[in-house]
Amino acid sequence: MLLLMMVAITGLSGSGFSSVASAAGQTVAPQISSVDSDVPTDESISSLLPAPKPERSDYPKIGVSSRSLVWVIAQMHLFFGALVLAVPIFVLVIELIGFTTKDDRYDDMAHEFMKISLTAYAITALFGGALTLSLFMLYPDLMNYLTTRVFGPQMLVYAALFFLESLLLYVYYYGWYALRYGNRKWIHLSLGLLLNAVGTTLLVIANSWTTFMMAPSGIDAAGAVVGNIWDVMRGPLWNPLNLHRFIANVAFGGAVVGAYAAFKFLCAKTAAEKAHYDWMGYTSNFIAILAFLPLPFAGYWLMAEIYAYSQQMGILAMGGILAWLFVIQAVLICTILFAGNYYLWSGMARTEGGQRYRWLIKYIAAVLVLGFLVWVAPHNIIFTADEIARLGGSNHPVLGPLGIMPAKNIAVFLMLIFTFLSFQIYRRADKVITVSWEGWANALMVAIYIVASVNVIFAGVYYGYFTNTVYKVGSSVMQVGSTLVVIVSGVVIDTFLFKGAKTLPVSWGKISGRSQYALFALPVAFTWLMALMGYVRSSLRTHWHVYAVMKDNSADNFIPTLQHVGNMVTFVTVLFLIFLLFIFWVANLSGVKQVPALGSGSRTAAQGAA
Amino acid sequence: MNVLIRTLGFSLALMLIFTAVTYVLPQMKGEAPEDTAVDVAALTMDSFISLGEDLFLGKGACALCHNILDRAPDLLALNVVDTSLVRIGDPLYQGEAVNAADYLRESMLDPNIFVVSGYGKKGSNDTESPMPVADRPPSQLSNVEIDAIIAFLQAKDGNPVTVALPVQTPASLVAADEFTDPVKSMLAQTAEEVIAKYACAACHSVLDAEAAIGPSLNDVGQRLSIDQIRDSVIAPNAVIVEGYAPVMPNTSETMVVRELELIVQFLAEQTGDQP
Repeated sequence: MLLLMMVAITGLSGSGFSSVASAAGQTVAPQISSVDSDVPTDESISSLLPAPKPERSDYPKIGVSSRSLVWVIAQMHLFFGALVLAVPIFVLVIELIGFTTKDDRYDDMAHEFMKISLTAYAITALFGGALTLSLFMLYPDLMNYLTTRVFGPQMLVYAALFFLESLLLYVYYYGWYALRYGNRKWIHLSLGLLLNAVGTTLLVIANSWTTFMMAPSGIDAAGAVVGNIWDVMRGPLWNPLNLHRFIANVAFGGAVVGAYAAFKFLCAKTAAEKAHYDWMGYTSNFIAILAFLPLPFAGYWLMAEIYAYSQQMGILAMGGILAWLFVIQAVLICTILFAGNYYLWSGMARTEGGQRYRWLIKYIAAVLVLGFLVWVAPHNIIFTADEIARLGGSNHPVLGPLGIMPAKNIAVFLMLIFTFLSFQIYRRADKVITVSWEGWANALMVAIYIVASVNVIFAGVYYGYFTNTVYKVGSSVMQVGSTLVVIVSGVVIDTFLFKGAKTLPVSWGKISGRSQYALFALPVAFTWLMALMGYVRSSLRTHWHVYAVMKDNSADNFIPTLQHVGNMVTFVTVLFLIFLLFIFWVANLSGVKQVPALGSGSRTAAQGAA
Repeated sequence: MNVLIRTLGFSLALMLIFTAVTYVLPQMKGEAPEDTAVDVAALTMDSFISLGEDLFLGKGACALCHNILDRAPDLLALNVVDTSLVRIGDPLYQGEAVNAADYLRESMLDPNIFVVSGYGKKGSNDTESPMPVADRPPSQLSNVEIDAIIAFLQAKDGNPVTVALPVQTPASLVAADEFTDPVKSMLAQTAEEVIAKYACAACHSVLDAEAAIGPSLNDVGQRLSIDQIRDSVIAPNAVIVEGYAPVMPNTSETMVVRELELIVQFLAEQTGDQP
């Protein structure tokens, strides 16, 4: 609402221009539209003005760092935004599974997930309003440029979609039980589909603001708008970021609702409650890890496009001042992988069939630990002169090669392959396969694992250390391909193997309390990771509001130290956690009914009717 | 409540570990370059080359790609002058440069004019360079800054510097961060700063310092005329005071005129009568 008001106050209107060159990267020449008049309007003239050049004194001072304030508010908005956009995506899938299998447990679980999303929605809107207000107050020139001249009416569309999203969300949630069975369910599912379509549209619109600031398009070198809104939106980083955020949001949403399930599991008093929340936690973890596995590939595409747009920007991230952050990223992703794997291994205790695969766990754990150590090994660290002399250089003669990207790629892809192995043996734990060709299928699967692992190592070592840079980058494609082959063939082979398989009983709720902490580690690491990588992406602009077009001359236009970044990220994560506990509490509260005390004189509705 | 405390404690402990990692890694701060005017009148060739080195490593961000990681030709390892001449002789070269300085300037202002084999943008078949144009954002180097980088690249391998020192300060000339601009940061503003900068007190008694390697400067204004003082600073070994060794370093290559006048004026006033 606030956004709509602010946009309305600033007087948005159409640019009156259309582009004559639309190919990406080409100069887009202005062309005055002659629909209404040959005379350009005030607004169209204003969009041809260059981007503003604010001086330090043009930034309002509020006694605290403006960037830090906006950082906290924006991050909170993004966390909750990610949650409310992601949850309906997998809720719709779960609802559909419940509908097709006629199993009401899925339907109930989907409804419970939506309860969390609904509470989070109001908080998202609150932080969105606070963010809009703070941006206009603290960065008036930038916001004026972006809202009135660059994006213009698109922001009105965003505001309108926000209202539509609210409407659909409330109808979808509150209409759940009214539209539960028969043909009415199709109406409910359609509402869910529409809700997700609107939510995803909101996501990609908001992404276009971010990517415009990183890799502007539809404007000339001075910042004058020379293209239409489509030219402005479809910058080179837009689609990579859309995909990356979409997948990451699902993984994040799965992890957060997993924590909810774990919390409820640990609080559960009865076996039935434990069984329900154990199953809910398992489903959430499944969603989170399943979405997490392709995330590195989307990240790879995004980074490749960043390199293609500006090699300088790409190297700043991967080899410049921001490169150290990727050591922290390694710690975070490995935490996620350790937690996800540990939960799967613990979950194998639910069925007797899990014993058959327990011997594999120690080997998977060994690969994960070794992978973590390689990934986290820095290329070089700050030494004293004496240490350099003793070491014989700034890189360790043996461990030095582990610090560069090819070694880390090998580690990452092997960790992903072996995480999939955990996933695969977990799925097989409660199955007794009956097909006659089981032996051949297993031999094929083992061969695929071996060949893929060897290929990942060979590509990394050969192309990474014995060829030049061009081939180094190319080797990642082979490694991505090998990993995908394992995942896809594993899913396909198991699908055929499970036909006619005998299913062993699964004792839901029969899992250690300790394993539930893995479901807390996941959202904590995911949240921290999201905040960190969001910071990295934003910092790639360095001292530019709009890269190479509009300079950031504020007092905060520097890249802060890692300690400062760590403090900020932890602060926003703790804040998010506090709000999340509030949401869990509210979601729980809605299910609590007070029973009138005996002799209090209260009458139930049934008694009253009687 | 017990569950709440345990889960909250676990989550906070995990976050503290992540935060601790940021504390053990090197702490660097990336300052934004500030547009400050270069005092061209104060430039010597040494400081001009030094400015070029600073721009190469800093504002120009050249070293981000031109390094040992082979993302671009490693200019610090190559003899850039010799290499430039080889490039000019390449049959694929279509530029207009006839010498190394022109080639380097041309490469910075129009990187696509000649892309070294293997270093082009992916898919461009080495017809398009990933290097940004030097005088445009984000680097936005001025002509003086571009010349300074060329001077540095020529001088680093002992080649003669062929670019001329800038002779005036056009309004448009802007340079690097004032904190990293060697010219600005090296230029002494007072006589005391000149004495500190050139370490005069290491050998001479001057100001509050006592040293006997060179003659005392506390009464030099009484012994020498202002012109003799100036000559002694410019050519310290031309006339040696009896009893002292000719060990004073020659500062004429590095000291700028303004600094020279500051120290000469100051020394002329040192008559031994000061408190």
